[in-house]
Amino acid sequence: MIQIEQISKSYNAHAALKQASFKVDRGELFGLIGPDGAGKTTLIRILMTLLLPDSGKAHIGQWDVVKDYRKIRQHVGYMPGNFSLYRDLTVEENLRFFASVFGTNIKTHYHLIKPIYEQIEPFKNRRAEKLSGGMKQKLALSCSLIHRPELLLLDEPTTGVDAVSRQEFWQMLGTMKEHGITVLVSTPYMEEADLCDRVALIQNGEILEVASPKNIVDHFSSHLYRIKGKERLGLINALRSLSLFTKVYPFGEYIHCTSDEAVEPVVISQQLGQLGMDEIVIEAALPGIEDRFIELMA
Amino acid sequence: MDSIIIDQLTKKFGSFTAVDKVSLRIQKGEIFGLLGANGAGKTTLIKILTGLSGASSGKATVAGFDIHRHVEKVKMNIGYMSQKFSLYEDLTVRENIQLFGGIYGVSSDYIKTKTTLVLDQLGLQDSAKKLVKSLPLGWRQKLAFSVAIFHEPKIVFLDEPTSGVDPITRRQFWEMIYAAASQGITVLVTTHYMDEASYCDRIAIMNAGKMEALGSPGELKAAYQVDHIEDVFIHIVR
Repeated sequence: MIQIEQISKSYNAHAALKQASFKVDRGELFGLIGPDGAGKTTLIRILMTLLLPDSGKAHIGQWDVVKDYRKIRQHVGYMPGNFSLYRDLTVEENLRFFASVFGTNIKTHYHLIKPIYEQIEPFKNRRAEKLSGGMKQKLALSCSLIHRPELLLLDEPTTGVDAVSRQEFWQMLGTMKEHGITVLVSTPYMEEADLCDRVALIQNGEILEVASPKNIVDHFSSHLYRIKGKERLGLINALRSLSLFTKVYPFGEYIHCTSDEAVEPVVISQQLGQLGMDEIVIEAALPGIEDRFIELMA
Repeated sequence: MDSIIIDQLTKKFGSFTAVDKVSLRIQKGEIFGLLGANGAGKTTLIKILTGLSGASSGKATVAGFDIHRHVEKVKMNIGYMSQKFSLYEDLTVRENIQLFGGIYGVSSDYIKTKTTLVLDQLGLQDSAKKLVKSLPLGWRQKLAFSVAIFHEPKIVFLDEPTSGVDPITRRQFWEMIYAAASQGITVLVTTHYMDEASYCDRIAIMNAGKMEALGSPGELKAAYQVDHIEDVFIHIVR
């Protein structure tokens, strides 16, 4: 559905995308995952034909993002990162407006948005600016689906949205598959990778890896241990002073330590004991997407 | 020793109760996470604790000072950093440090010595004359935190400090927070990102103005028999 080949884009001296390449299959829920400034928005805007690449090629279906921009704009749904609706129009007026722009009406593809739109329908006469964050997202998604696009491009739809609304939003994205709609969604939250069929990890304009969430974690090539104790800072410094680990970094309640060779937890605990550190929990740990991301960054 | 004591604190806007009889004690040197959805009352509570808004009823002591009677003393003893606004982008790194030092009324000798120290710690010696807007996001965040604790406040308030930064910078940032806490600075983090909460010593979850849960991340996960703080949160809010 999407083919990106060696796309580069610079803003003055800053290289926002460096020869990015990957493919998204038809019907996939595909995640573009990376921190702020990684190049996610630039890539999505190029795919949406709002920005021209400096070099490289990209296609959506058989359409070229430079030459066939009219076709792409007709057949792709887009939800930009900032709230993209008309604040002074009501919920229903927004939906009707977007439908009319695409030469359709609310009824034709209503079945597609029904489960989402029904949740905000009680507020259909409310102005868009008066909606809560979660409801705005639902309306924006409804508007981007009203012309039954083949592909949906969502730029950080869950940034700044609370946990409950985020969960609901991802459930809605999951249902797009039933309608045969391909979804490319960007997010800075690593933990959202698990909700995608496949993801591309992006950092500093470079695609670091493209795979299913499970395979990304499987590619983690070190041994990983999670360690917990009372004095976190002291413990981090102590662990770094041992010659056992390649990396030591905080990870939520734990400290994650990586090593090339397997290390017995009892050896770690003995060496920490010699430094006067006790009551330490040491366990072999399963890596997550963030561990792999850190490994790829270094 | 408690650095923040909140007792039955309430804030009403007309008939709407934004903060509803919240009571809480936060220890000196603790890293405390305050979680809640948009509209849960976090921001209102923080505004009261930082002296930007008055409480309708209840009591609170921040850094040893009563928020009703000694609000200026409270302000002198706290630092603040938010994801959105922390530094002036059109000033250089050094100018930002000097400006905030000046606002908090620390001596020019102190500003001089401490500025060198901060630039060294951050590895920004060569960037002192660069405009803040030219720095990468991760550096800006670390500088913003250093500026927020530049006057050695007793408490620093952080609003979603690490959302959006890359995983390595994020961890460097948390190590800076750990270091500040180990020097006795109390850290109060407000966020709606649950994995940010898991770095805190203790967390409280607010919903509809009330404090619904309080404990270490491990205690809360055990109490609700779930693997992630996010699930605790969803359980409470639903």
